[in-house]
Amino acid sequence: MIEIAEISKTYGNSAVVDRVTMKVEPHTITVIVGTSGSGKTTLLRMINRLVEPSSGTIRIDGEDTRTVPAYELRRRMGYAIQGHGLFPHRTVGQNIGTVPKLLGWDKALIARRVDELLELFQLDPGEYRDRMPSELSGGQQQRIGVARALAAEPNILLMDEPFGALDPIIRAQAQQNLLDIQKRFGTTIVLVTHDMEEAIHLGDRIAVMDDGQLLQYAAPEEIIARPATDFIDELIGTGERPFRLLSLASIRAAVEPGEADGASISADATLRDAFAELLWSGRTALPVEDRGKRIGRVTLAELKRRAARPR
Amino acid sequence: MSWSLIIRLLVLALLIAFLVAPESFAFLLQPFTKIGQPAIYDRGTLWGLTLSHLAITFAATSLATLVALGLAILVTRPFGAEFLPLSRSLANIGQTFPPVAVLALTVPILGFGTAPTLVALFLYGLLPIFENSITGLTTLPPTVTVAARGMGMTGLQRLVRVELPLALPVILSGVRLSTVISLATATIGSTVAARTLGEIIIAGLTASNTAFVMQGGLIVAVLAVLIYDGLSALERFFVARTTKGSSLSPR
Repeated sequence: MIEIAEISKTYGNSAVVDRVTMKVEPHTITVIVGTSGSGKTTLLRMINRLVEPSSGTIRIDGEDTRTVPAYELRRRMGYAIQGHGLFPHRTVGQNIGTVPKLLGWDKALIARRVDELLELFQLDPGEYRDRMPSELSGGQQQRIGVARALAAEPNILLMDEPFGALDPIIRAQAQQNLLDIQKRFGTTIVLVTHDMEEAIHLGDRIAVMDDGQLLQYAAPEEIIARPATDFIDELIGTGERPFRLLSLASIRAAVEPGEADGASISADATLRDAFAELLWSGRTALPVEDRGKRIGRVTLAELKRRAARPR
Repeated sequence: MSWSLIIRLLVLALLIAFLVAPESFAFLLQPFTKIGQPAIYDRGTLWGLTLSHLAITFAATSLATLVALGLAILVTRPFGAEFLPLSRSLANIGQTFPPVAVLALTVPILGFGTAPTLVALFLYGLLPIFENSITGLTTLPPTVTVAARGMGMTGLQRLVRVELPLALPVILSGVRLSTVISLATATIGSTVAARTLGEIIIAGLTASNTAFVMQGGLIVAVLAVLIYDGLSALERFFVARTTKGSSLSPR
């Protein structure tokens, strides 16, 4: 658990982060979203003390972060940034092994961990271990950046716009990858982005920052349904609200018994996918299947009900 | 093997042959002498002078590299940042003083011989290395330096494992510049009795023996070109190591 209490960062007279208090639950993804200059990156960097807070405290599992040397604190957390920041003069394997090496892991253990991570990110260790970062594509570099952040099996992973430089298709894959990894290892992730869609897609909880202030900190459903300020409403995009709401739940949640004609849709797809398919094929109901077996149908009427503003 | 490399190896072989057996090249230089003058410098071996010339250059440049790089590292650390303007002006003064003036000023203190030359070359060589080291250490990609901090590297670990390796090509090009300047400037050291190839040139000038001037000048010139090329190749090697693979496109 990360407890941020009354944390501020001031440069001269201006507060970049202004008395922010929030609690990050373990094993969840918390997304800090805001425009540029909102203080979101500064807030993230205060967690691993890349930026020293001007006032306030941050506790990790009850321990004040100022009681350990900054470099030691950082070795306990993963850190991945936009544009990956890989060391261009080190091989992929050496890059991934950075933190384990700093921690003094045994050579054979580091090598095993590197191969394990490469496989986890769908890169053949034999082929990629000894390559230089510049020999990889943008998407591969980004994956190595995240693999490097996870190398020492940290409980906490801090990510600063990690997918910002990727094209939409690679980006969607990278996001899915992150969700899978989070589910598998239960890592506590704090991720910064300017993209509300990304925040809603990834976050268990979303923290909206503007001008150094934490405006709202809540689950995505709550943020969409009851935005605390007009600014947040704007950030979500008023025209997008019903669709964002639909994109949060999987079809499984809306399945009802009954039959329907035509091609079926997977129960794991989102309600938004179902809505698009219904509109596109001109049907009022879709058959739903789960692992090749029909389990019912999803109807336009049900989607309409679920897309309406919650009360 | 590329043509340029073959040419350089040929030139090197020719230089060595000339240094080992200058007499066999005498017929080439004979036309430039006046009657009765020797074609080849005879008050010391060319070999000996060349080695001594290289040793002085090497010593001065090494020392300059050590001091300039050390200073650059110091002033690019957070605690040394305030010394940046001071050390910059110091290095600039070193460059502004003409080596001849340094020789004139140091001879009374250090006496005739190699020492004043070393001091002059050392001072003159500081600036290029210092400026290049600063450039190299301050223009690293910010994502890489932030990542290095974020990984939990200490200041020293960042310097040794990330900053210096990445700045190496730029630092090296400063060293290359400095080396070539020293190599050429070392010749004037002979005016205060340092054993350099300048001795041959000065002997040629005082005796109006063009052959001497030519052989002294040519040896220095060829050495400068070869060393310049060698260090450039080393630099390219280090650059290639960090950008390997981005050369997938045809060169």
